[in-house]
Amino acid sequence: MARAAVLGRLSWQVAQIAAVRPETDTARTLVLDVPDWPGHRAGQHVDVRLTAEDGYTAQRSYSIASAPGGPPALTVQRVDGGEVSPYLVDIAAPGDRFEVRGPVGGYFTWQPGDHAPVLLVAGGSGVVPLMSMVRARAAAGSRVPFRLLYSTRTPATVIYADELRRRSRDDHGLDIAYAYTRVAPPEHPRPPGRLDAVLLAEWGWPTEFAPNCYVCGPTGFVETVANLLVDAGHDPARVRTERFGG
Amino acid sequence: MTFLDGNELAAPLREIFTVDLTVASGQCANCGRRCTLAEVRLYARAPGLVARCTGCEAVLLRLVRSPDRVWLDLSGLSYLEIARPPD
Amino acid sequence: MGVVSRGFAGRGRSDPKLPPGQYLTKDFPVLSAGPTPRVDTDRWAFAITAETGQEHSWNWAQLHQLPSETVTVDLHCVTKWSKLGTVWEGVSLDTLMAGVESAADHALVHSYGGYTTNLPLEDLLDGQAWLAYRYDGTDLEPEHGGPVRLLVPHLYLWKSAKWVRGIQLLLDDHPGFWESLGYHNYGDPWREQRYWGD
Repeated sequence: MARAAVLGRLSWQVAQIAAVRPETDTARTLVLDVPDWPGHRAGQHVDVRLTAEDGYTAQRSYSIASAPGGPPALTVQRVDGGEVSPYLVDIAAPGDRFEVRGPVGGYFTWQPGDHAPVLLVAGGSGVVPLMSMVRARAAAGSRVPFRLLYSTRTPATVIYADELRRRSRDDHGLDIAYAYTRVAPPEHPRPPGRLDAVLLAEWGWPTEFAPNCYVCGPTGFVETVANLLVDAGHDPARVRTERFGG
Repeated sequence: MTFLDGNELAAPLREIFTVDLTVASGQCANCGRRCTLAEVRLYARAPGLVARCTGCEAVLLRLVRSPDRVWLDLSGLSYLEIARPPD
Repeated sequence: MGVVSRGFAGRGRSDPKLPPGQYLTKDFPVLSAGPTPRVDTDRWAFAITAETGQEHSWNWAQLHQLPSETVTVDLHCVTKWSKLGTVWEGVSLDTLMAGVESAADHALVHSYGGYTTNLPLEDLLDGQAWLAYRYDGTDLEPEHGGPVRLLVPHLYLWKSAKWVRGIQLLLDDHPGFWESLGYHNYGDPWREQRYWGD
């Protein structure tokens, strides 16, 4: 598929919050109205810039949670002591405006034309861009086999919990497994613990399937998981990572 | 304080270039290691952006942004290889 | 100025007492251009090298034998945050430079990890600069430049090189890491000298 190599000059645009949707106690989705939104690919992100009355500005990057083809939605996790996330999660309301720059990022993306099996490994809020891929797959009616391994602290910290349950049931070819690091639900097969080589081998794809792996989350999590995947024999060129810092 | 990766370079570089450079490959001028720009070690909490080689930590790229100018130092990269559609 | 977001205040507070364009912060942001160097105090050394090549050096013990001062200074980072009333303990550059013979006008500061910054030699003297090893009553942490950093509070904080390991005295000016890529060669926050041409 030919794609224009030359894109427009990227600049800041005004985004208005069209709707908000709570996800967990600490995370919320903001559906944005961006008048000149050019469309995006699953996995891309935007920069968000807030300006205060006195001119003070703060800027952060957020992954797009929504599938391509619709308005961009961001899912923001409140960071303790953070500057931008507490505003976006606790204060911002429909009608409020800020600036966005994007979508950007052509590396950490998945498109329905990619036919290899996909392994998505999420650490905490790293699930956001991966959810965009899950939603893109469903929207396109794709049959590409997807496995999502979602590492999170407790059942209460699972973002998109209801939707993931529904998709697990309804999206054929999508398998989802959870690794709870602090508290697991009573019926969960494993006690709480970090994602490790054994879990990845058990719940991921065999290396012979040559899956495309996407790992997203805090830097430490991504470093660990990416190394485990490569150590297990996955081709490093097929392990794509996005670090969220912290 | 840790590092991020070159995905964070996507927006600042797209302000200057009309192609997405994070999918380009580069070679470290210090140790010769090749990598995709999205995979570099990126230090973003600084007066500018500093991308370092994941092999030898040498500076690959630096970017400083003022209200009206951008300075870009690519001297840590021997080259960038950028895909383009066939004619 | 970009569109104002209702209800967003951010961490910074503007204050007429601050240099232009700065915002007051209560925390102490950590900025770095690379990995945090880990330098054991038993292998730490600092050297002043004159333009003649003559070197004066101190190890950890020797640095602590020198008279130290406790100073309270304001910090102004070019990324717009200012932190007032910070308390540091260290050795004045006047003390370190006392035995150094030099006709040089310029200084290039070197840090463990490769960072550099330049400034006029006269800006390191007359009670304007210290090698600081304690902050806020405790040993200086690596993330803030420990075991020893340079402190030159009358200039933007990028000149206060963390993890300092030496100062070269030069006859010609040599721009450092940020000065060579757009940041102002001198960097006076009160004249808002952030970038080239300011």
